[in-house]
This record gives sequence, structure tokens and C-alpha cells, in this order.
Amino acid sequence: MDVSQYLEIFIDETKEHLQSLNTQILNLEQDAENMDTINEIFRAAHSLKGMAGTMGYKRMQNLTHDMENVFSEVRNGNIKVKANMIDILFQCLDALEEYLDTIQSTADEGTNENEHLIAALNKILKGEDGADGDATPAKEAKKEEAKEEAKAEAAAPASGDNWTKIKLGDSERSVIAEAQAQGKNVFGMTVFIQDSCILKAARAFLVFKAVEDLGEILVSEPSAQDIEDEKFEFDFSLIVITEHELDELIKAASAVSEIDHAVGAPVSLDAQAQEGDEPAEEASEEHAKEASEEPAEETKPAVVSPKTAPAAKQDAKKPAAGKPVVNRTVRVDIEKLDSLMNLVSELIIAKNSLVSITSNSESEVSSSTQFNEQIEYLESVTTNLHESVMKVRMVPIESVLQKFPRMIRDLQKKLGKQMELYMTGEDTELDRTVVDEIGDPLMHLLRNSADHGLESAEIRKERGKPEVGSIHLDAYQDGNNVVIDVKDDGNGIDVEAVRDKAIERGIITPEQAENMSDKDIIDLLFLPSFSTAKKVTDVSGRGVGLDVVKSKIESLSGEVEVKSKLGVGSTWTIRLPLTLAIIQALMVIVGNEKYAISLGSIQTIENIHKSDIKLVQAKEVIHLRGTVIPLIRLDEVLDIPQESEKDDLIVCIVKKGDKLAGLVVSELIGQQEIVIKSLGKLINKCKFISGATILGDGEVALILDANALI
Amino acid sequence: MDELKVNDALTTTEDGENQVHEVIQFIVIKIGDEQYGINIKYIDNIVRMQNITRVPKVPDYIKGVINLRGEVIPVMSLRLKMGLPADEETKATRIIIIKMEQQGNVGIVVDEVREVVNLDDTCIEKVSYDGHDETQNFISGIGKDGNGLISLLDLNAVIQEPQA
Repeated sequence: MDVSQYLEIFIDETKEHLQSLNTQILNLEQDAENMDTINEIFRAAHSLKGMAGTMGYKRMQNLTHDMENVFSEVRNGNIKVKANMIDILFQCLDALEEYLDTIQSTADEGTNENEHLIAALNKILKGEDGADGDATPAKEAKKEEAKEEAKAEAAAPASGDNWTKIKLGDSERSVIAEAQAQGKNVFGMTVFIQDSCILKAARAFLVFKAVEDLGEILVSEPSAQDIEDEKFEFDFSLIVITEHELDELIKAASAVSEIDHAVGAPVSLDAQAQEGDEPAEEASEEHAKEASEEPAEETKPAVVSPKTAPAAKQDAKKPAAGKPVVNRTVRVDIEKLDSLMNLVSELIIAKNSLVSITSNSESEVSSSTQFNEQIEYLESVTTNLHESVMKVRMVPIESVLQKFPRMIRDLQKKLGKQMELYMTGEDTELDRTVVDEIGDPLMHLLRNSADHGLESAEIRKERGKPEVGSIHLDAYQDGNNVVIDVKDDGNGIDVEAVRDKAIERGIITPEQAENMSDKDIIDLLFLPSFSTAKKVTDVSGRGVGLDVVKSKIESLSGEVEVKSKLGVGSTWTIRLPLTLAIIQALMVIVGNEKYAISLGSIQTIENIHKSDIKLVQAKEVIHLRGTVIPLIRLDEVLDIPQESEKDDLIVCIVKKGDKLAGLVVSELIGQQEIVIKSLGKLINKCKFISGATILGDGEVALILDANALI
Repeated sequence: MDELKVNDALTTTEDGENQVHEVIQFIVIKIGDEQYGINIKYIDNIVRMQNITRVPKVPDYIKGVINLRGEVIPVMSLRLKMGLPADEETKATRIIIIKMEQQGNVGIVVDEVREVVNLDDTCIEKVSYDGHDETQNFISGIGKDGNGLISLLDLNAVIQEPQA
């Protein structure tokens, strides 16, 4: 059996646990006494350890084990939560995340032992141990466990002669002596089971059976009962009395599947006696030393704890596994699936009704009304089906936002600024693909705000602002879009500084700069390699942030905007389409061509009389309910031959951000769900067209990008 | 760049000389009175003329987009691209769907599709380039067939946007 099939689940769940640990430890920092939080942390750490252990990731297991110990002490009230402890815990989480990343790409946890973290954790444990007697048992237990582990693995590097460690009682020795006197062979052997084996006990049983066919098993280490209960590592040892040769025994044992290999040698009673007399403790200690020295070449010098030895060995033994491509998954609420299932059954019913109508069309009239009814029914079913499928793909943006409080905390320490992150709208849902991609750009923006935006506490004091800077992250849905605002109350963007820098860099000429509005200047920030930070920090300032943000968001067919006021703060606004493939659109006719306009951008449809059109700066505008809205004549913009002007114009009022515009169309067709298709690479010059769609009659209609028109 | 690519294609045929002469299949099309050949390996499909949806703000030689079994495919006019008078749609007019690695599928409107010919490299003559003659630039060679001469189209040059 192979655990790789569980890898995806493992990765998913580990991520969740790590995330919850991150959040909870942050809470713990705020409120060190909260028992619920501590319990939650303990649970998460415990399941993490269990999962890592099951999957055979020893290093992860060790690290989480030690973390769990610390939490358990905290829970028992033996250790008080301290700032440096929180720091170490966060480092541990980072290390675990690193393991997870490595596992995700290679299915192996890598070789980083993170000894310093384990040492630090143990220090935390010890530091409090002296003061409190209660902690000792736990610690002792741990020591014991460590010793045990060392013991289990220790002998393996020493050519695997674990069987020599079997202690023989007097009766056994006499049996061996007797057997040898009878000319029978007495062999000691150690059988190693593959690391990936899950049913170790069953394998061991098969080995026992195979060996018993050839001879008699005198003793086993661990005992037969322990082996049955799986109370052993990946090897076990036997003393066998047999008439057959050693080779045959080893062959029989190795023939059992999932057995890595078996070793053995004839038992000499004298040597065994000697070994047996030695205090077991000593033997294991000696082996432990050996073990920790042997793998030292492949890892860092093993000094911290004997635990490193088994871990290193594990790695050496593990064959280089092929890189598994871990599929991206979406966890779907079972209710959503149920509703999908329902809709599909409705779809089948609709289809059947259509079939029955066509087959018994007795009277033309009634069948055509029936037909229409069924078509309407079918329509509503498909619409619902589309919605449900989309919903399945939607995940709350929470999963991305969750990691930010932690990031801000780290930044706070690193930058020495005080700041607070306020988030709203974590439950806003976005398409899974978008959610996966949006994390990095958001992180860039937050770092930007923290590093460039917020001033240091002193300056803030001088300026009469609260010393603690605040960064707001708000996500909300706006029509067919999801908007994410990142707002800080920092210094804002110094337009003059940007202008000077742009001229200095030769991006614009001084003459050009004269004619550029502040907004145009700020937009320069999105150009590649443009950073105004005076010094390069490892947080930001390398100038590879904003252009990446922009291109990433544009690749998701979104937009990013910035508003800023010097000295007051800046707001970055990301606008993303809710879904990517299918949209609700209004079909219109311009001249004799059909176009689709995304319903999300349409505010209202108005009938405007020709006489209502006013001219402002030689541009046509209309005055509608207190707002002046510029008119865009689509036939002119799209080079469509003009028809004779009508007296009444149909105007679609579209919205981009807080700007409005009126699109003049010839006719409205109606609302329709359309599937967006790309126009192909050859035609990407036309910026007003965001794509094409295929209509019911097979014709192609173009989709107007209202945002580009405004 | 494109000339290089075409030359590559031709040299590969020359390299193969120790084998049998490599035979390339061309589809012969007609534009006006001239015959052109398109290497068959680029051709995905040939469809009848159909309703083309105009796309605004694109060069005039791009006629628009069509729906080919659910895919939206841009269509260009070879005539306009080569500076010839605009297409006159007849019964023989066809759209040849070309599969390009970079640009994806592209349709080309031609006056008529005639036949498939096999040309081995002895029948193909390279043409010398005259940088100023635009139409000339779309030709990678001249094929000699029983029926006369066939100008072999350099599709990369045809489909590529002119350098701005």
C-alpha cells in the first residue's frame, strides 16, 4: 500500500491546520490567557503531528511534536506565553510551511532538520521545567520516547544486525545449544519493512509464516504480541532454528511483498551470551551514538538530539520519488453538489417533456404552446445550472486574506513601525482561479502600504496622526465585479517625487511631465522598474512590485487603480470580474451589427429625445437626474455606417468605477447569457472589443468593453 | 526573421537529398489570375464562404471573425493584404483555415481552391527578394507544375502583422 494517494488530502488539510495555527497564535499574542485559543492550537498541532506521522514525514512530525509539547505545557498552565515564544512558534510554522512546499513539489519533506527550532522549543520547555515539578513527567516521557526512537533506528546503520540485541533467557539458550548439538542451524535475522508499508503487522505475520515453513522461530524482537499490535518500527528480528540454509530463509522473508530486505547470520551462543549480559541500556546508548555519528556526513553535525538520526536515516533510505503533480482541488459543500444533482435531473425531465411533445403532436396549436412552456422551463433550468456550477467554483476570499494579519505582524517587527490591519468582507466569493492568483498582488500592495505608505511613529506623532498606522483591506461585490480596496492612512504618494524620478529615469521628458495630470504621473508607478523608495529594503523598494501587480490583475481581466492624497494616505482599488467564462449580457444592435454589453456595467437604459442632447466643449452630453453624462455614439466609435438620425435615441448608461457614460445604440435585443470567446491573437488591436460570443443562430457577436469606451 | 524560417524549410528539403527527393503537397488556390500554393501541413480546413462578423478598428485586410464549430476564428483577405482589389464573392470563394503555431487558427479568403499538387524540391525555385515589392514578400518560392507556375505562399509573412 502506498500513501501517495493521500498526499493531496494531506497537503490540503495541513494547509488548513497551518492557517488555523497562524490565526490562533496571533490571537494568543493578543490574549495570552484565552483557554479556547490554546486548546484550538493544541488540537491543530496534534492533528498535524498525527498526519505527518501517518504520511511518514518524520521531520515534520518531530517539529510538530515538540510544538505540541510546548502547547500542552501552556495548556496545563506550566508555561506562560511570552513574546519570544510566539516568535519561535511563528518560525516553526514557517518551517512547517517550507516542509509542505517541498512535499508539494517533490513528495518528500526535504532534509532541513530545523534543529535550532527544535532546540529552541526544548529550551522553552526546560526553562519552565525547573520552576514547575508537574512538567517533569511529560518531559521524561519525551526523553524516553527520544531514546526509544534512537534505539529503534540506532542499530540499523550498524549493518542491520539488530538480532544480536535479542536477549536470550536460560531456557532459550539451552534450546539453542540443544539444536546446535543436533546439527541444526541457528540463525539470527533482521527483516526490514519498506517505509511506505502501512500494514506492517500483516507483512510481519507473512514473514513469520514463511520462516516457520522452513524452521522454528525461537524468539522474536519485539515479541510476537507486539508485532501483532504494530508496536514496532520498520524492522524486527528473529532467532530461527532450522535445517535449511540462511540464504533460503532470507529469500523466503524477502519474497513477502513490501519487505525491503532481510539480513542474518548464524548465532554463536558465546557472542550472544556476551551481548545478552550487557546492560541493554548501554547497548542502546552506544548504538544511539553510532547512529548519530554515521549519518552526520549527509546532514549537519547531529548534536542537538538523537532524534535527528532517525530522521536523517529515513531520508537516506527513501528512494527519490518521482515528482507527483498535485492537482488543484476545490472543496465543495455537499449542498452545492446536491443542488447540482437536482438541476441535472430537472434537465433530464425537461428533455423528456420535449421529446414527448414532439412525438405526440396531435394538434399543432396546443403542442406549440406546450413547446414554448418547456423551452421556458429548460431556460430556467440551464440558468440555474450555470449558477450552481459557478458557485461550485466560487470560494471565499478568506483563504487568501487569512495570512495577512500574520504578514503585517512580521512587517511591524521588521520595519519597526506600528500598524494595525483591519479586514472586512472575508466572505466575498470569487472564482477559485482568481482567488489562487490574487494573493501575491494583494501582498505586494499591503507591503507597499506598510513600507512606503505608513510613516514611522515619530513622524506620525508630529503630523498629529495616531501613532499606530492603520491599513484597511475591504473586499466587496459590486455588480458583476468584486472590488478589493487596500487603504492606508500613511503619507500618500508624493506626485512631485514620482515626477522627478520619472524625468531622472528618462521615462518622460520634462515637457511631457508638465502636461501630465497627477493621475497620469501616479500611473507611472505601474511601469516596470519604477520605485520611489529611497532605500532598498527586503520588504520593498526594488521596483518589481507594482508592475507585477498590474500585469497579474490584468491577466485576470481585472483593473487596479490608485487614489492618493499627500499626507493623508492612499487607496489601491482592485476590480475583478466575478467569473471569467460566462456573463450576463445585453444584446444590442448598432447600425446593422449585433453587439453584447456586459450587464454588470450597465446602470440603466434611457430613451433620450434629440433635443435633450447638450453640447459641452463640443462634446455631446445629456443631463439625467442631476448628473451630466457624456454620450458616446457607438456607430462613430465602431466605424459603422450611420443611418438616418432618429428623434428618439436609446442610450445605455454604463458605469466604470464612479464614471458614467451613455452609449447610443440603434436597438435593444434583450438580455442573454453569453459564453466569452477570445478573438484570437491576430486581432488584439481593438481595445473596445473584449471578446466575441456565438449566438444561437451561429452568428458571431462582439462583446463591447464598456470600460475601455469610457 | 520570416525569410529565415522559410529558408530553413527549404534547406531541410535540400538536406534530405541523400534520400529520395522530398515531396511536399501544396493546395493550389487562385487569386485573380495567379495561382498560389499553400503547404498542406498548415491547412486545417477549407470552408465555404460564410457570414463574416466585422471587427472595428482593425486593418482593412482583416475581414472579421467567423464561427467555425464553436470557435471564433479571425479571417483575413489575401487580396487586400497583397494590395489587390477587394474580394468579389462568388460561388467558388472559400475560406482556408490555416493553423499557425503562434497565432492559432486564421482564415484566409481566396477566390478559388483548385487542386492538390505534389512538388518535389527539384520543382521549387527560390525567389530573390525585392524588398520594395510588397506582394513579392509573401512568396517563399516558385513551384513548376505541368499546368504552369505556382507561387508558393510564405504563410508566416502573410499572417504576420506588418512591422509598425
